[in-house]
Amino acid sequence: MLARNWPVMLLSAALMIGLVLPLATKASPPGFYIEVLLGGLMAGVLYSLVAMGFALIFKASGVFNFAQGAMVLFAALAVARLAEQMPLAVAVVLAFVIMVVLAWLIERLVLRPLVNQEGVALLMATLGVTYFLDGFGQTLWGSDIYKIELGIAKEPVMILDNVFQGGILVNKEDFAAALVAALLVTALSVFFQKTSTGRALRAVADDHQAAQSIGIPLNRIWVIVWSIAGLVALVAGIMWGAKLGVQFSVSQVALKALPVVILGGFTSVNGAILGGLIIGVGEKMAEVFLGPVMVKMFDLAGGGIENWFAYVLALLFLLVRPEGLFGEKHIDRV
Amino acid sequence: MLYRENGQFKSSYAADLQMLPIAQDRWFVLVLVLFAFLAVPFLASDYLFLSILIPFLILTIAAIGLNLLVGYCGQISIGHAAFMAVGAYAAYNLVLRLPQLNFLIVLLLAGFIAAGVGMLFGIPSLRIKGLYLAVATLAAQFFIDWLFARVKWFTNHSTSGSVSTAPVELFGWIVDTPVEKYVFLLALLIVFTVLAKNLVRGHIGREWMAMRDMDVAAEVIGIRPVYAKLTAFAISAFYCGVAGALWGFVHLGSWEPLAFNLTLSLNLLFMIIIGGMGSLLGCYFGAAFIVILPILLDQAPLWLGVGISTATASHLAFMIFGALIVFFLIVEPHGLARLWAIGKEKLRLWPFPH
Amino acid sequence: MAERRTGDVILDVKNLSLRFGGVKALTDISFDVREHEIRAIIGPNGAGKSSMLNCINGVYQPQQGSIQLRGRTFTHMNPRRVAEMGVARTFQNLALFKGMSVLENIMTGRNLKMRSNLLAQALRIGPALREEVEHRAVVENIIDFLEIQAYRKTPVGRLPYGLQKRVDLARALAMEPKVLLLDEPMAGMNLEEKQDMCRFILDVNDEFGTTIVLIEHDMGVVMDISDRLVVLDYGKKIGDGTPDEVRANQAVIDAYLGVSH
Repeated sequence: MLARNWPVMLLSAALMIGLVLPLATKASPPGFYIEVLLGGLMAGVLYSLVAMGFALIFKASGVFNFAQGAMVLFAALAVARLAEQMPLAVAVVLAFVIMVVLAWLIERLVLRPLVNQEGVALLMATLGVTYFLDGFGQTLWGSDIYKIELGIAKEPVMILDNVFQGGILVNKEDFAAALVAALLVTALSVFFQKTSTGRALRAVADDHQAAQSIGIPLNRIWVIVWSIAGLVALVAGIMWGAKLGVQFSVSQVALKALPVVILGGFTSVNGAILGGLIIGVGEKMAEVFLGPVMVKMFDLAGGGIENWFAYVLALLFLLVRPEGLFGEKHIDRV
Repeated sequence: MLYRENGQFKSSYAADLQMLPIAQDRWFVLVLVLFAFLAVPFLASDYLFLSILIPFLILTIAAIGLNLLVGYCGQISIGHAAFMAVGAYAAYNLVLRLPQLNFLIVLLLAGFIAAGVGMLFGIPSLRIKGLYLAVATLAAQFFIDWLFARVKWFTNHSTSGSVSTAPVELFGWIVDTPVEKYVFLLALLIVFTVLAKNLVRGHIGREWMAMRDMDVAAEVIGIRPVYAKLTAFAISAFYCGVAGALWGFVHLGSWEPLAFNLTLSLNLLFMIIIGGMGSLLGCYFGAAFIVILPILLDQAPLWLGVGISTATASHLAFMIFGALIVFFLIVEPHGLARLWAIGKEKLRLWPFPH
Repeated sequence: MAERRTGDVILDVKNLSLRFGGVKALTDISFDVREHEIRAIIGPNGAGKSSMLNCINGVYQPQQGSIQLRGRTFTHMNPRRVAEMGVARTFQNLALFKGMSVLENIMTGRNLKMRSNLLAQALRIGPALREEVEHRAVVENIIDFLEIQAYRKTPVGRLPYGLQKRVDLARALAMEPKVLLLDEPMAGMNLEEKQDMCRFILDVNDEFGTTIVLIEHDMGVVMDISDRLVVLDYGKKIGDGTPDEVRANQAVIDAYLGVSH
């Protein structure tokens, strides 16, 4: 499948070479390289979490929910602030309820009326929703950077210092995030493939009317969809918030998911995961290894490549393989 | 009663094709333009010029640019402030390195450079559309942001990354008081509006709209998608480039690369959504809205006797923007311009109900 | 039926095959169309008629076969090239530009003939303005011809279906085509509207000598106005000839009456 398309091969080859180059040219000690790689993977996991929510909702309801990113942040904010007044566990449950209600509201008020429009109108609408949630969240809960204390030690841990000189610094929180993401994906995959509710969801995503005609209760299905959306947003929000502190940033959250799902294909959860990891690793690698090279070559005033790397990569992918790694090809009929 | 077309018969196609075929419209626009040029300079305060009118005039030019691409040609761009940046930095470097050039020439050249960059970033639109194209334009936004922040040549190796400019000078007239800036910008805006209106009424405008409405059928009629899309990107970027140069030179005076970031791009997009996509009048409405709303939100509580902090006001502004975007996209995708048109329709019938 | 001077072969389809994945839309179709004639393509639903027109237009690319158009042979048609060579078409699902008025839609049909550059258009001086007026005059003639004067400034989306179909036809006529491909021009029309449309089609063929290739389901209309027919069924050609010949063809009768294969 990939072999026939030479631009894809070229792009993949370039990426792989870029990945291996710092190690091969001994430009950095292998321990440091692994650290950066792991750091990228961990960042990628966070991206994957957000994109996964997006792909899941799309699979389950056929609706593009770009507000997923804003919901993630709102969830994080909710947990952070509520946890100041009550035990963390209670805060999480309360936040979950809030998120489900929010997901329902967004779906009803914004996404449902626009269901026949193209993705662009939906994107703009959810940008509007993001702006709204930004203002609303800050009105409710203030604009400082808030912390979520998960009880995981923040100091990085040194591992494998007998294998690599200097060892590798790894963040426990990142491990936790990766673990949680993996659990979530597995749980949801099992849910979709093996349970009857999961099958019903996929049926609804395919064709609402057909699903209705075989007796699937649409309203209950929607409730489940919103709950999943809320849950995934909450998990992503907690993980993200714990690691980075909670603060709204439109480009980081709402828009970063786009390159990820473009790489992975809109309809694929596996694609979202892979896309997130590729973007996470690519960004970090580009920033740490490519950055200094470019600064020297072009006499630049500092790095900052990770600001655009994800999007440019997505752009290249779009020109070469628009349907993403796992997505479906579109055929336009006249 | 007042707004009827009765008795206004056109006896030639040329007469029917004119920009404002209804006489009442012609009078209205004439009075408005005269008012803007002759009365406003004496009536408005410096604050009004600097905080509202000047940004409004420049942003309308940019909004027209974006609307040509998004509203008329149906291509999406959420990174258009990047082209404003290109125009601003191009103008800066031109003035710096070729100081003998007349500023109007500088503006035109800055526009052309931005148009070139626009065409370049328009190339993805030949293969992808909709959502995917939006992401490509984001790539343009972030990459260009980074370019101007990091490549020192553009900022003349400024240590802080910002650049500053001297007031604009035209044929010996130094444009530095608010009134002078206002008149200069107003003249430019009117010229650019007329040019845009002509393009939209001409066959390129129809090509753009055909691409927007149904690109497969457009090809079958003989419209060249490549030409239509690239010209749309180029002209749109030209307008934004000029607007960017004006924004930097006339409005800001000095700026850092962040002045043309994603927020500005999104504001431009919101302007044309709220104002009305596919309508030049909508650009005016949208720009006015975006400029006035934050100020209104700041001041209105004071008038009402309720005090709110600026932070809260800005959060409120976000919420209202967000809600309005959603509202207009769902309820009236043609924005305020459509509401205006509906109002005029009712006026034509007035005082009769139908 | 009036005698029509049909000329040489202007469109020659040879061994055309079209597949969508595993679905064979067209299998080894060959037929020709003579200049100035009215050729109808008929067949049950899903027979591949629209796909045939789409191939001629360049909207679909056939996997096999070739199309000879005005003496030049193509294996791959490019829609713009086809338009430049004087082929225009209407669409089954209209494909009108919903954001524009009737007048603007028809003016897009003149696009190939409009030459003024961007700057002239922006300034709307001399040549650009003259061009607009000239082409407007041509379009007004077509509007008169199709009797849609009252609607010229109306947005097409607001018109009833029958009138939209006329606008579709007008837009195709604006291209001053040598060959006109009509995809179910009378679908969804009542008797009066059909009579009007028949009249228009015959007038176009009479006055301008335009060759017409027409997909239509109404047998009465087809038999009345066509010179020759092509019959398709399941992507294969099962009949080719004058209306009388085709009417007597057993395979055609079977296809329409649904005899089990």
